[in-house]
Amino acid sequence: MAGGFFAAELKHSGYDKVILRGKSPDWVYLWIHNGKVELRDASHLQGKGCYETAELIKQELKDPKAQVASIGLAGENRVYFASIEVEKSSCSRLGVGAIMGDKRIKAVAVRGTKDVNVAKPAEYFELCTTMLESMRHRLDNPLPGFDAMLATLGPQALSHSDDGFHIDNFAWGNARERKKGHWTKEYGEKWESDQLQSMERHISCYNCPVKCGGIIKHPTLGRFPMKCYSKLTYPMAAYADLDFGFRMIGIAQEHGVDGYTAPQVMAFAVELYEDGILTDEDMPGFPSDNEERHFWLMEKIVRREGIGEVLADGVYWAARRIGKGAEVYDHNTIKKNEQMFIKLGTLNPMYYLLYATGEKLTITQIEGGVPQAPLAPEDRKAYVKDWVQIPTGKEERFKQFVLEWGDEGKKAPFWPDTDLLNELVEWQEAMHYIDDATGVCAGVSSFMPKPPYHIHNYPLMLSAATGIDFDEDKLWKLAARNRNLVRAINIRRGLKKEDEHPPDDHWKKRFPEFEAELLDNYYKFKRWNDQGVPTREYLHELDLDYVGEDLEQRGFLKSVEEAEA
Amino acid sequence: MKKVKTIKIDVDLCNGCRACEVACSAFHAEPKYSSTNPEKSNIRVLFDVKRNLYIPVMAGEYTDAECMGRDQYIIDGTEYDECTFCRASCPARDVFKDPDSGLPLKCDMCEEEPPLEEPLCVKWCITDALTYVEREEEEEEEEKLDDVEIGLEALANKHGMKKITDTLARLSMSKKGEYV
Repeated sequence: MAGGFFAAELKHSGYDKVILRGKSPDWVYLWIHNGKVELRDASHLQGKGCYETAELIKQELKDPKAQVASIGLAGENRVYFASIEVEKSSCSRLGVGAIMGDKRIKAVAVRGTKDVNVAKPAEYFELCTTMLESMRHRLDNPLPGFDAMLATLGPQALSHSDDGFHIDNFAWGNARERKKGHWTKEYGEKWESDQLQSMERHISCYNCPVKCGGIIKHPTLGRFPMKCYSKLTYPMAAYADLDFGFRMIGIAQEHGVDGYTAPQVMAFAVELYEDGILTDEDMPGFPSDNEERHFWLMEKIVRREGIGEVLADGVYWAARRIGKGAEVYDHNTIKKNEQMFIKLGTLNPMYYLLYATGEKLTITQIEGGVPQAPLAPEDRKAYVKDWVQIPTGKEERFKQFVLEWGDEGKKAPFWPDTDLLNELVEWQEAMHYIDDATGVCAGVSSFMPKPPYHIHNYPLMLSAATGIDFDEDKLWKLAARNRNLVRAINIRRGLKKEDEHPPDDHWKKRFPEFEAELLDNYYKFKRWNDQGVPTREYLHELDLDYVGEDLEQRGFLKSVEEAEA
Repeated sequence: MKKVKTIKIDVDLCNGCRACEVACSAFHAEPKYSSTNPEKSNIRVLFDVKRNLYIPVMAGEYTDAECMGRDQYIIDGTEYDECTFCRASCPARDVFKDPDSGLPLKCDMCEEEPPLEEPLCVKWCITDALTYVEREEEEEEEEKLDDVEIGLEALANKHGMKKITDTLARLSMSKKGEYV
């Protein structure tokens, strides 16, 4: 998933998806133009940055309106956290850029001038108008009690510079320590002035009024567009300031790396060096200056040069390749991928399940809908007042949860009861799967509290747009099919129950037996077996018998005869 | 006095989302709202990240010839060529031409009965880069030309008035008696 303009251009070109099979012997790029598809030589683009590549391709095609998705050095060198950059957005997580690099596809360029038709025009337009109004309402009326980042729509990291909540509460370095009180008046002023000096314009993705992105103008790097949260990930991992963040992002986006994982990998390397596990012998020429170290590491990683060869595999694999005790420094990964750099006090059972069973490997792509923490008593009523997003039949219980959460005896970890907990978790993840299937941004839907898109208006919009009748149940089933298909694929790829474990230090106070109980209950609720594999019976109900057969043949599910025996 | 409909464009507020293009193409689709296609929109956002250039432009008149030579503007250190602000559907560039027929596109301010409160691009621009303004303008007394005058004026524009009067004189001499 990515924002920007690429997907819309592809649709206007006559395609919904591009599937790349096999590998090219030489570097090529794919050019899709109103139904014509060709592979073109890209040998002259090897080694170029993502944005540089996009510009060169547009010049070569003499089509400034073409949209280009490209990889940089990181993708070319199959860095495990390489991104695919589309102008002003990116597909960042899980190394999708490395897959393009492996196939030697430097870029995909598209241009389309065809119509995109809808089935019921008048009905659809009316729904769109209502949607516009609800977005305008939220943008004009921030939710009380929420951090500026989440109070309106889309993570608003660039529309404000009041980042005290994250600076004080999220972890610095290699997801290592919280620095309570770090956000002082002076610090905040410097942070704000860095942002105001660099931000030239707020920008949006295709046909969206929410301004999540920005144009950054930097004295040395020129202008580049960026989106939200990496403004915090790079500075906090490097114990640096926002000016460093912007400088690093400009470079990182050209190289094409994930702004979520890359800072943590570099912080991990710095920590290993400081503790003597990595030495000058491993890292000849490693600078002494803190900021320089991070720029140095970035260049090594994207080229897989020297220590970069190892670090390019991400913290989990790098720790095991380095050895000498480096494994214990891998303390913030789940399912072999870096998680949000946050360390908290007491186990939160809802987040425990979201982290443990989530398969998108970024908490921000799983959570949403339910406030991240108990609201202040005065804000609770306002929150539940017009909370129309709740699935049918669950309204009263979900509202009651928000009204009570945080009261005496109604706190983590042993509250709420398992049934309610499971339903809250399932609802949040289901909305993300629906967004992914429809191509709607989580910033106006699943990630946001009380978002404009929800389980009740989604079916209406889908029906009017496609002419296929949808209702809440049908959409819910569709989300379940996707959810279980993804799970089945991951199980085939080696996902095990023991992988469903949030980092040991994610919360200070843990309850191993209780956590095991939570997980088993959730598996049952999801109709997965005790190892977390979807059952044959459930897959049958989802019209996924072929998936059940496959899992059985591969030995992940017992056959009916075995089960009876 | 006549009413002049104007769309005021504040380029500093444009977030480059192109909702105006989507709304315009939907409004002008046949049947109405049945499709979207920025390429058929009568408003386009011309943008270039490297120059921080985000300029919504409404399609204006069709012209069959491109300008001879171009001006360049420098505003606050950013360079713009003249075409950046130009509304014409013109042979020099590919905007404001229907991609299927090649016919020129032109903004009609979303005229319809009953009239909309404001053109649809303005309604969908919630960053307020586009705002709708109606102003009154003195109407110039304009003499209506008849068909012959229009035809003669076109010929005079092309060949010059002298040639037309000479030709008329010659015609009336040589064809004397043939015309009533």
